Amino acid sequence: MEEKKHQRIEIQRNSHLKMIEEEAIFVMREVAAQFERPVLLFSGGKDSIVMVHLAQKAFRPGNIPFPLMHIDTGHNFEETITFRDELVKRTGTRLIVGSVQVSIDKGRVREEVGPEASRNALQTVVLLDTLKVHNVDCALGGGRRDEEKARAKERFFSHRDIFGQWDPKNQRPELWGIFNGRKNQGEHFRVFPLSNWTEMDVWQYIAAEQIPIPSIYYSHRRRVFNRRGTWLNDSEFITRYPDEVTEEKIVRFRTIGDATCTGAVLSHASTLEEIIAEVAAARVTERGNRHDDKRSEAAMEDRKKLGYF
Amino acid sequence: MKTAQQNNGTPTPKEDSGVDVSYLDMDMLRFTTAGSVDDGKSTLIGRLLYDSKSIFEDQWDALESTTKNRGEEKVNLALLTDGLRAEREQGITIDVAYRYFATPKRKFIIADTPGHEQYTRNMVTGASTADLAIILIDARKGVLTQSRRHAFLSSLLQIPHLVVAVNKMDLVDYSEDRFSEIINDFKEFSENLDVDDITFIPISALKGDNIVNSSNNMSWYKGATLLHHLENVKVGSRKNPHDFRFPVQYVIRPDQDYRGFAGRVVSGNIRVGEKVSVLPSGEQSRIRSIETVDGSAEIARTGESVVLEVENEIDISRGDMIVRENNVPNCKSTFEATVSWMNKEPLQAGRPYVVMHTSRTTQALVKEVRYRINVDSLHREETAELQLNEIGRVVVETAHPLFFDAYKLNNDTGSFILVDPDTHVTVGAGMIRSTSTSALKDDPSSRNIVWEPWNIDREVREQRNGHEARIIWFTGVSGAGKTTIARALERELWERGLRTMLLDGDQVRHGLNSDLGFEPSDRKENIRRVGEVARLFYEHGNIVLCSFVSPYREDRRVVREMFPSDRYLEVCVLCDPEILQERDPKGLYLKAKQGTLKSLTGFDAGHEAPTENDAIFIDTGNTEVEQAVVTILDKLNLK
Repeated sequence: MEEKKHQRIEIQRNSHLKMIEEEAIFVMREVAAQFERPVLLFSGGKDSIVMVHLAQKAFRPGNIPFPLMHIDTGHNFEETITFRDELVKRTGTRLIVGSVQVSIDKGRVREEVGPEASRNALQTVVLLDTLKVHNVDCALGGGRRDEEKARAKERFFSHRDIFGQWDPKNQRPELWGIFNGRKNQGEHFRVFPLSNWTEMDVWQYIAAEQIPIPSIYYSHRRRVFNRRGTWLNDSEFITRYPDEVTEEKIVRFRTIGDATCTGAVLSHASTLEEIIAEVAAARVTERGNRHDDKRSEAAMEDRKKLGYF
Repeated sequence: MKTAQQNNGTPTPKEDSGVDVSYLDMDMLRFTTAGSVDDGKSTLIGRLLYDSKSIFEDQWDALESTTKNRGEEKVNLALLTDGLRAEREQGITIDVAYRYFATPKRKFIIADTPGHEQYTRNMVTGASTADLAIILIDARKGVLTQSRRHAFLSSLLQIPHLVVAVNKMDLVDYSEDRFSEIINDFKEFSENLDVDDITFIPISALKGDNIVNSSNNMSWYKGATLLHHLENVKVGSRKNPHDFRFPVQYVIRPDQDYRGFAGRVVSGNIRVGEKVSVLPSGEQSRIRSIETVDGSAEIARTGESVVLEVENEIDISRGDMIVRENNVPNCKSTFEATVSWMNKEPLQAGRPYVVMHTSRTTQALVKEVRYRINVDSLHREETAELQLNEIGRVVVETAHPLFFDAYKLNNDTGSFILVDPDTHVTVGAGMIRSTSTSALKDDPSSRNIVWEPWNIDREVREQRNGHEARIIWFTGVSGAGKTTIARALERELWERGLRTMLLDGDQVRHGLNSDLGFEPSDRKENIRRVGEVARLFYEHGNIVLCSFVSPYREDRRVVREMFPSDRYLEVCVLCDPEILQERDPKGLYLKAKQGTLKSLTGFDAGHEAPTENDAIFIDTGNTEVEQAVVTILDKLNLK
């Protein structure tokens, strides 16, 4: 992997980055203290990479006291998996993989078909199954409130019932810095230490802390095709409409999710500084390129209620 | 790049990206917005996001298409913030939503809380972390009950800065007179609140007046625009920089040689080598090392998440607190608190709850619900329980002591939540008032606007005096023997070398209260003033004996609530009416009989005996003075 060079930027003591960093670390320690078998959900995306970085800082000089968990759709960007395995080795953590492909093979879930097919919905089932198998009582996620309207009302400590469901109208009030992780047997929590971070904060933090990220976040040449304004990867996993033509473009990814539904943006940003400049000037939210959110106005809310990330 | 279309006067996102938001030295302000349904709160937030270019094109497109689908003409900025489907359908905001935007100077976190009456709990939640509150007032409607409620909650939660944004100025012809009128109305009310900093800004969220740019329509307004104010107001005032408090969150033990205590410095700071005490054990040690998230350091500052090592092998675990040896918090299992109730099942005295306070979790019992605060009138109302969205004063007892400071002094060590032990749901949020200090001192619903602390604390005076300050309140009809007993008791206390003061009706009625008569309203004022005088003597460390007819329970209750319950004793002195009229030491009953004296308590006006459990009764028809003194001394249990 190509090492990207950039200037180190100091985080000021009273700056917003310091405040949200301290907050996230406080929340992670709270998870380690309040739960018995927490995991850190790891997607390979920049938010979960930042999460791992924060977890290292939170428990230093000790090791991260919980394993990483990756729900693998099987439709990955190769760079993501390579990066994941290196990170696991570097941090000395344990990795748990929940495989969508295995669940499909076992008949636990049925694959969608057609050009719009996505394994996103299947992921929810596999996630809940994997949490159950490992008896997980808390899953740390990199979700941020600025990502989407329904997430704006998510708590740091988000309660999930015995079916893994979120009840947005019946959330526990969260006051001061007191987090209530008490629950009944079989229920679990999703905890979001990055709740108060924005996309810009994440990029600035990556730059300031010099956190390595997968190369596909930087501009590169890629074979893509255009679907309703979004550049999708030329992938064997995607069924094409007849009029969709593969082209070669200079692109980069703003988010990394399932390779079938994560769109690239045309970009020449090849350093963190350029990415930050691009984010600052961006006119489209990062999820604007996620086809899974566009299915209906309340798409995210519906998926979250069912137990999505 | 596609641009959103101009739509009926609603501005479109600007194309230029002149604002560089990638500054790294910007700080952060958390603020909350509160307003009634139609005050234009969502529009204001939409406007702030929009004018600071925090709305993206795809969000804008979604907004336009939703607006079209609903058959509305104008792009509705409010749709941006109403996140959940139920809210979009009902057109209301039902939960706290968090929004983010940034300018080159600051990052902002908005806790957007709904203004409906039933959602006090959301406002309290949003206010608990805010540095500033924006209260929206519709210029046409002026200061409404809700505005007052928002202001009260802001002061209760101790939000350091208040902005009163008078919105819809365009609908009152940008009238300066109207703006001044609203300021005066608001100030009249807010004088009773504990708020240090209030800023009034006339705006139109819809038209954009005084939001980002100064309005040409209101040249009479010379103050800052809303955004300018938000960018420049001082942040961080919620934190207490003086008293070092370190609740231990988690123990880090990578190997046999290292045992570190992870946590957040919630207030104050500490350096390597300083002496510390560990609560609850009280064991002492020194700080050996400090590990911040960026490596070893000499000092750990307010707000930082650090790992501390101490020199001695002390058993320390989550829930303990590391403090400076000579600056310790209260360490008690009984305290008074103001509680905001957040659950459908009412709060009931005697029911067990779980209390979560700093990193400590323990069983708790609400011993007593003292009163409910009517959030609209600020009056205290008698009640046995608190319903959803009600706020009241309670006495809490915990199974293990908590290490706390008054909320007013330290938000982090003065706040707690109550959790239902069966459902595990968070049911209440509490702000600790005090253990032993006067309840009035830090109550925003008190008449005292700003309370300067006493130069020399009562606790210090008490230490020197060698005894606690007390209030003994004698009530009863004229001639029953109150003053006789009070005088004998005071002499006894005096002989024992204690500091005392005796106040009785005749004294104050000739001087301080010579302007008052005997009508119920005058009697009430009489007792109120006496209560205040008694409090001054009390704060001076005295045992204050007050002998007053004080016939109305309600009036006495006002005095009673000025003092901690373990410092106040009510003595009701009774006597058979026939014996009274026979005694008649001042000839009052004779005058009343002759009709020259009206409404004499005990003759033609009633005396309401105490109903509180802790009051004692002395019948002078069958009790000697010496016996009465012994009885009261017993009950006093002086320390």
